Amino acid sequence: MSGYTEKEYTKRFDWSTWRQLLGFVGAYRKRVGVMIVLMILVAGIDVVQPFLSGWMVDRIIIPGETGKLGLFIIVFSSLGLVQAINIFSFIAVAGKVDMGICYDIRKEGFRRLQELSFSYYDRTPTGWIMARMTSDAQKLGDVIAWSLIDISWGASYMLIMAVTMFIVNWKLALVSLAVLPPLMALALWFQKRILDGYRRVRKVNSKITGSYNEGISGARTSKTLVREEANSAEFTELTGSMRRNAVRTATLSALFMPAVLTLGAAGTAMALWRGGSGVIAGTGLSYGTLVSFIFATAGFWDPVLELSRVFADLQYAQASAERVLTLLQEEPQIVDPVAELPDSADTEAPPAGGDRHQGRGGIRFDSVDFHYGKGEMILEDFSLDVSPGETVALVGETGSGKSTIVNMACRFYEPTAGRILIDGVDYRTKSQFWLQSKLGYVLQSPHLFSGSVRDNIRYGRLDATEEEIRNAARTVGAHDFILELEKGYDTEVGAGGGRLSVGEKQLISFARAILADPMIFVLDEATSSVDTETEEKIRTAIHRVLEGRTSFLIAHRLSTVREADRILVLSGGRVIEEGSHRELLSLRGAYWSLYTRQFREEQEEKELAAGAVGA
Amino acid sequence: MKANTGDLIQRCTSDVETIRSFLATQAVEIGRAVFLVIFTAILMSRLNGPLTWVSMAALPAIFAFGYFFFLRVKHVFTESDESEGRMSATLQENISGIRVVRAFARRDHEEEKFDERNVEFRDKTYRLIRLLAWYWSVSDFLCFIQIGLVMAVGGYWAATGRISIGTAVVFFTYVGRLLWPVRQMGRILTEMGKATVSLKRIGEILDEAPEQETGEHRGTVAGAVEFRDVHFGYEEGKEILKGVDFRVEAGEIVAILGPTGSGKSTLAHLIPRLYDPDSGAVFIDGIDSRDWDRRHLRSRVCIILQEPFLFNRTLRENVALAVPDADDASVMSSTKDSSLHGVIESFEDGYDTIVGEGGVTLSGGQKQRVALARTLIRNPRIIIMDDSLSAVDADTDASIRDNLKKRYGDATVFIIAHRVSTLREADRILILEDGRITMEGRHEDLVSADGLYKRIWDIQNAGSEEAAS
Repeated sequence: MSGYTEKEYTKRFDWSTWRQLLGFVGAYRKRVGVMIVLMILVAGIDVVQPFLSGWMVDRIIIPGETGKLGLFIIVFSSLGLVQAINIFSFIAVAGKVDMGICYDIRKEGFRRLQELSFSYYDRTPTGWIMARMTSDAQKLGDVIAWSLIDISWGASYMLIMAVTMFIVNWKLALVSLAVLPPLMALALWFQKRILDGYRRVRKVNSKITGSYNEGISGARTSKTLVREEANSAEFTELTGSMRRNAVRTATLSALFMPAVLTLGAAGTAMALWRGGSGVIAGTGLSYGTLVSFIFATAGFWDPVLELSRVFADLQYAQASAERVLTLLQEEPQIVDPVAELPDSADTEAPPAGGDRHQGRGGIRFDSVDFHYGKGEMILEDFSLDVSPGETVALVGETGSGKSTIVNMACRFYEPTAGRILIDGVDYRTKSQFWLQSKLGYVLQSPHLFSGSVRDNIRYGRLDATEEEIRNAARTVGAHDFILELEKGYDTEVGAGGGRLSVGEKQLISFARAILADPMIFVLDEATSSVDTETEEKIRTAIHRVLEGRTSFLIAHRLSTVREADRILVLSGGRVIEEGSHRELLSLRGAYWSLYTRQFREEQEEKELAAGAVGA
Repeated sequence: MKANTGDLIQRCTSDVETIRSFLATQAVEIGRAVFLVIFTAILMSRLNGPLTWVSMAALPAIFAFGYFFFLRVKHVFTESDESEGRMSATLQENISGIRVVRAFARRDHEEEKFDERNVEFRDKTYRLIRLLAWYWSVSDFLCFIQIGLVMAVGGYWAATGRISIGTAVVFFTYVGRLLWPVRQMGRILTEMGKATVSLKRIGEILDEAPEQETGEHRGTVAGAVEFRDVHFGYEEGKEILKGVDFRVEAGEIVAILGPTGSGKSTLAHLIPRLYDPDSGAVFIDGIDSRDWDRRHLRSRVCIILQEPFLFNRTLRENVALAVPDADDASVMSSTKDSSLHGVIESFEDGYDTIVGEGGVTLSGGQKQRVALARTLIRNPRIIIMDDSLSAVDADTDASIRDNLKKRYGDATVFIIAHRVSTLREADRILILEDGRITMEGRHEDLVSADGLYKRIWDIQNAGSEEAAS
């Protein structure tokens, strides 16, 4: 989970990060334009209000001309109506942009995820990916759309207000806005410190999340090692640092707002003082103008606070931006060759039973090396020739290289040196689809998608007919139990297939593989214990699936191993024994001891299971 | 409350954050709004009563509109939340099933499926935003009308001399102060709802009873263990141990054999007081384990868990986790006895290699050996190995066993395993079936008696011949 080592996303405000996201905004160029125009209109009407008060004082109240009230009511109501329409429109447009950007980021991210190699999934926790695709994408859409709104409103409001003030009375405007330079300086000074503070808080916060994760996942271990107090002390240290930093930042924020308001009030006071004495002295300054200026200066500084908040939000969202970009810019390690592209475009809709399935399914490992990242060599100079239709079983201890060989045959990983040839063709010269469309793969722990049983079998071939689906189920002996389910083939299997037993899930995944009619079949057999009846069914299913296909088995059940055409005994990435079941047993070597041990263990387990039932 | 890790972390981080942000922003806003309304209303009514009533004329309408609006659109909020849930679920399924997706070359199909959910969420949420746009524009219009009303009436009264210009100007300002909090109401109520839910979720953790610290006995542990009619279950009505009785002397090596689900691990967890029995008692050196100081007992009675957790630190720190001031010599002697020293030396950074989630990934067998090493370093008086070497290959397993025999000394050792082959070296074997000890004795005794052990032992001997046939 969050313990996954991340870069520290705590840089200062970084233009280049945001610039890279501009592409997502570009698609909504026109809407953003409309949004800005709307915000200028909103700001314009906001500016009119104080001057309308001044007009009221000068033209209606002082001369006592109540007849003009009708005009006022008409003007004011129309302004209200226009403003209401503006507000509706800008929220609707910003919502469109907001959700549009979220949608685009998710779509792009999902596409990238489908391209990334398994090595990426091996080192990246699912939770991390989920967070980038859900909350971070959302935060980016929100912050981009609504910051644009706030910034364009704030900037145009201050600008229009200042210009109007200068037009109405430039002397008074000069006096009232004299506090602008010190206020800007003050805002910059505070903003820099507050943002630095936020950054520190966030850094500690990510450590706290990591610590929670460790504390909770490792709770049992901590208890048995009597480490609760040490853990607690370390955690207290972290939260203490969090509190110190958070309080310091909050204090700064708390000082910032009154400071702006005080300076703003000084501006109003200046207007009142100069203007007031002007009105009293009768220098041509009207009472109404003074009222307008008092109102205008009182509201003038709101955008400063608003913009500060926007920058804090942007700074906060920068972490999301950087994380999302890491995902979007992750390079897949396995890429299709450029030259193959037109060919692979054809294969998007492979003709059923067409040329593509004419291959025979021979696989050759040609002095293949493999290692994960910087780790130790898993396979070194490994060669293997599997003829079409042959069944090869791989046996050996954990870490002997069984899974690696299978993963490479499927091109889930590529060799770090050497070649793998499918029917004489180096698979790297072909698209991934080319190989994977010939492939059937049944996993140790069968993965079903949410949806009906039918949908899950159909996953093997999307255009399969109902009859073909049922036939596939019959072939593996799943048809009967499916019919016994509550809604037969329409039964929802729930997330991860929760409502079915492991054995049933396995049978469904076999049916799925049969339906795909693969040329090459890979079985990573489960060790999970199933009842004898289901085990018998699975054995038959495996047998049916393997018929006439080139196949690799990582087998645990003796029955499966025994049926293979060839058995490879692996140790430390090398084949130490090779041959048929009989040949290998007669050697009385590694296979023999593995086999007899396994035999004993299976018998023991059966006996223990029987004991449990008997008791 | 049975919580999983993800849920607990969620409660500890985002729920705390929700409450923090509510207190920091909304709670302050509420206070500000309340006082602003009160003081503004008092000042206004002091200046002019009738105009105050005019200033509040639209307030009931704005309130009522907000209230009914949020009542009516509740289901739209829910729909948006639900479609987000569906989108996340599809994503999650794709990521966890990525091997199947690739193996069947179903990329396009998956992209279509996700796009459908993505579009659904986008459109549902946009619908919500549009509704909110209606809310804000209508309520802002009502506010605008309220201001206009005050200005028109105030202006008329000032023009006709009923009130002073000053009073009119003051009302022009104050009417805004009165309206502002009303407009915030919608947002504050939404945030308050969220914070209440979070508060409840955190409350559930804080209300859980911590481990009870009953015992105070802190004497030295010799190593005798006795179970007297111990009953225990994790859930009400589902008893795992159904009256376990046995006695083990200090320094004995005892093996426990039994089918999966018979309660072997549960039994082991009761010895260092990870759980206390529901009825009956566990005695350590003749003293009821509940009278022992829990932490003291655990520092002398060590259990090596089946699936050990490695902390995201260096290997040295992981081994010396319980003995932070351990010197290199004792760290290495325990790693050597766990056949781990060689593995560690093969890493580039040796003992300073970071392991755990962010660091080098160790194999299951290597992790188990780290767990063994960090137990050995504590020189415990009672060691419980709960299938602790299941992922270690046969050769390494054998050499570890040799090392341990020398190292155990006079400590009491419990070995739990599924397989007879690993149990022969025990002084005594306990057979646990369905929560009860059904047989006990030395290997020789059990082989000559009829029962589970003999049946398994026969398979062992006959096995090799039968398999080869």
